[in-house]
Amino acid sequence: MSYEFLQQYWWFLVSLLGALLVFLMFVQGANSLVGSLGGGAEGRRVVVNSTGRKWEFTFTTLVTFGGAFFASFPLFYSTSFGGAYWLWMIILFSFVLQAVSYEFQNKLGNLLGAKTFQMFLVINGILGPVLLGGAVATFFEGSNFIVEKDNLTGMQPVISQWANASHGLDALLNPWVLCFGFAVFFLARILGILYVMNNVNDENIRSRASVRLVGTTIAFLILFVSYLVHLLLKDGYSWQPETGEIYMEPYKYLNNFLTMWYLLVLLLVGVVLVLYGIIRTIVSKTYIGGIWPVGIGVVFTVLALLLCAGWNNTAYYPSTADLQSSLTITNSCSSEFTLKTMAFVSLLIPLVLAYIVVAWRKIDSKKIDKEEIANDEAY
Amino acid sequence: MGNILLSIDAGTIEWSRAQFALTAIYHWLFVPLTLGLAVIMGIMETCYYRTKDSFWKDAAKFWQKLFGINFAMGVATGIILEFEFGTNWSNYSWFVGDIFGAPLAIEGIVAFFMESTFVAVMFFGWKKVSAGFHLASTWLTGLGATISAWWILVANAWMQYPVGCEFNPDTMRNEMVSFAEVALSPFAIDKFCHTVISAWIIGAVFTVAVSCWYLLKGREKKLAVESIRIGAIVGLVASVGAALTGHHSAFRVAEVQPMKLAAMEALYNGGARQSLTGIALVNPFEQPDYENEAEAPMKIAVPYALSILATNDPHGYVPGINDILNGYTKPDGTKEPSADEKIVRGKLAIEALAAYRQAKKEGADELTLNEQLSVLKENMPYFGYGYVRDKSELVPFVPVNFYAFRVMVGVGCLLILFFMVVLFFLYKKDIAAAPKWLHWAAIAMIPLAYIASESGWLVAEFGRQPWTIQDMLPTWASVSNLHSSSVMVTFFIFLVLFTTMLAVEINILLKQIKKGPEHENN
Repeated sequence: MSYEFLQQYWWFLVSLLGALLVFLMFVQGANSLVGSLGGGAEGRRVVVNSTGRKWEFTFTTLVTFGGAFFASFPLFYSTSFGGAYWLWMIILFSFVLQAVSYEFQNKLGNLLGAKTFQMFLVINGILGPVLLGGAVATFFEGSNFIVEKDNLTGMQPVISQWANASHGLDALLNPWVLCFGFAVFFLARILGILYVMNNVNDENIRSRASVRLVGTTIAFLILFVSYLVHLLLKDGYSWQPETGEIYMEPYKYLNNFLTMWYLLVLLLVGVVLVLYGIIRTIVSKTYIGGIWPVGIGVVFTVLALLLCAGWNNTAYYPSTADLQSSLTITNSCSSEFTLKTMAFVSLLIPLVLAYIVVAWRKIDSKKIDKEEIANDEAY
Repeated sequence: MGNILLSIDAGTIEWSRAQFALTAIYHWLFVPLTLGLAVIMGIMETCYYRTKDSFWKDAAKFWQKLFGINFAMGVATGIILEFEFGTNWSNYSWFVGDIFGAPLAIEGIVAFFMESTFVAVMFFGWKKVSAGFHLASTWLTGLGATISAWWILVANAWMQYPVGCEFNPDTMRNEMVSFAEVALSPFAIDKFCHTVISAWIIGAVFTVAVSCWYLLKGREKKLAVESIRIGAIVGLVASVGAALTGHHSAFRVAEVQPMKLAAMEALYNGGARQSLTGIALVNPFEQPDYENEAEAPMKIAVPYALSILATNDPHGYVPGINDILNGYTKPDGTKEPSADEKIVRGKLAIEALAAYRQAKKEGADELTLNEQLSVLKENMPYFGYGYVRDKSELVPFVPVNFYAFRVMVGVGCLLILFFMVVLFFLYKKDIAAAPKWLHWAAIAMIPLAYIASESGWLVAEFGRQPWTIQDMLPTWASVSNLHSSSVMVTFFIFLVLFTTMLAVEINILLKQIKKGPEHENN
């Protein structure tokens, strides 16, 4: 395993985790719609219990995504988290609210009331996808930071700093960041709708979900297609492997997809699967399995986009303040020894996926309905 | 270009420390109960699996409910801790991310997924999976939490005793050279054993206390007595285990963090045959005048005990704060340099690093580069001291260490006695008819055990100050470049958020306890 291979491998793993995270944000998507999907209090509780069986997967994937980034690309971890402080803090606050809301909302002695905790779930359901989507968009749009490693030899030795006082909130002033953020938000809603339709045995909830699917899909497609066209036509951040110099390259991301044709295939297959799952769900009255083709399609699409951001000599975390501070998978990665050690650890991932599949199938062996909520363990 | 943008002030450092301390302290309110109750409910469900007696199922489900309420808060506070390394300690994250990131990633891959997958089966799977699969899920939830503790404690132990790494002047960071040294560091093993065992004590105290409340109220007698039986046995074994592993930990601290031990003991001037301070009058709000005072006033001490604790030898030499600052000769004859010398050598290392970087940029020949590298390598063990302005910065705040250590040890001893008394009443008398003071004492043990547990972390973390990584990186070289007002705002948001949630959790727990277990046969 060469150092270069390990860098590519770890970018692949981080991208895969990112792609799985977007898929698992069906939890947030459904929570953001809990009021309209659930109808009344009883229906809302069914929807909350449906996502409540899975929220820990999303949460754990987010934490592991952070941990994997820390281990494999520590300069990104230090630069982005320390720099875009407010952006990440708002994301984290929303996930803290989510973590307690399931367990607390319907318990006796809940001081804040069930509605407050449901509101927390809605807040996380909106802020989580929009801001995480926005954070991913900065991989293409750039961020306002400077890295100066020689600072380490001064008395104020911090090497990464944000070049303005907004600490990450400035990203939300970029319309394309917002466009991508809201595309992810509507995508999460589509996934949430399809997941609830599949997981809940309640005709009223299913029919309400089906109605919401059309409008959500239109909003998603407008935003996603707009961003995709913008991405393929925009200049991108490229770097010279020989010198490490970073420079702007016209149509960089289009070139990446053409050079790495397999990513283009992955992207197209992903988009087709997403469209197939949505259209079949809309057309067929009995089809409730749309979450699977759409879920797989989302993983493929996001994976293709993230790999396009980092492979083929591309700066995946570009700096708009100082081009040469931009991060690439080569200048921001861990040492060869650490990447190699972690590569061995990554061999455990199939085992982890295997027991997740087994446990998921066991828990989902019976669809959730109102009767189960009334008579069995429930949030 | 970079330096003019730096906005770090003393406030940034202090608020960042406060925020991390706040998050860690809150996190540690929930984690030990998770680890402890995992053992208790695992044992109960195993009893159910073996006997098929529905009593055990009701008991296991009751404790699992309380576990679940607490578990959510552990998860919520845990995510902040992981990301705070990046958000508030970004320089730290770069400087040692090559080593420190790995345990965190492994924790996510190996432990968090196990925990989060099987906890869902444990809560919602009673009617969906077989009894064996459910039992396995319950134990795997606890195992996941324990493996998680292992990796985060490996990371923490590395901060106390950085091993298995080398500084790379080209990448300007420390890089891992031995994963085994990091993952199996003796400091990590001691820390894991001491911390996890102490968490079992919290679970045991909680179980015994809740059960005693039922006895006071004359309710749920069978559940209470059987829970006390399991809780008190686990508690006594764990308390004795914590004392033994605590001794090991203190021995390691004496070896690699002598300043921490000196602060824990308020030992200003050390020597051979040192006594262990039982109590002394140390002003809790001020750093003592260690340079001019011979020892803390009104000191009552156990002769030779500190030497035994630190060196396993009653005649062993233990350095005090002034010895460490002024330099001393170790028992093996090697000379430990003074703080001033270390500061000078640290600055030499940093200057050599700057010169090496500059020479490399200018395309200097290998001989010139090697000269600078040689100076850097020679002084690298003191690199972190190069950021220190005055040797007084190297002394942790003595009162916190002194009192927190005594609270931890004192309550630890009290807990051993408590569990022995409970077991005496259980096996030789009738615990249900025991005097009410014993039942009330059990309830009073909950806050005491938590205070002891948090005190342990105060000793571990305050004692390491000013270092984030011992001798390698001080706090002021580890922080992110943030304005103090930003960190202050997030500190108060966390404070309000976590305090509110804690109040909600306690209220829910109390209601759930008052409601009691659900009986399947009814």
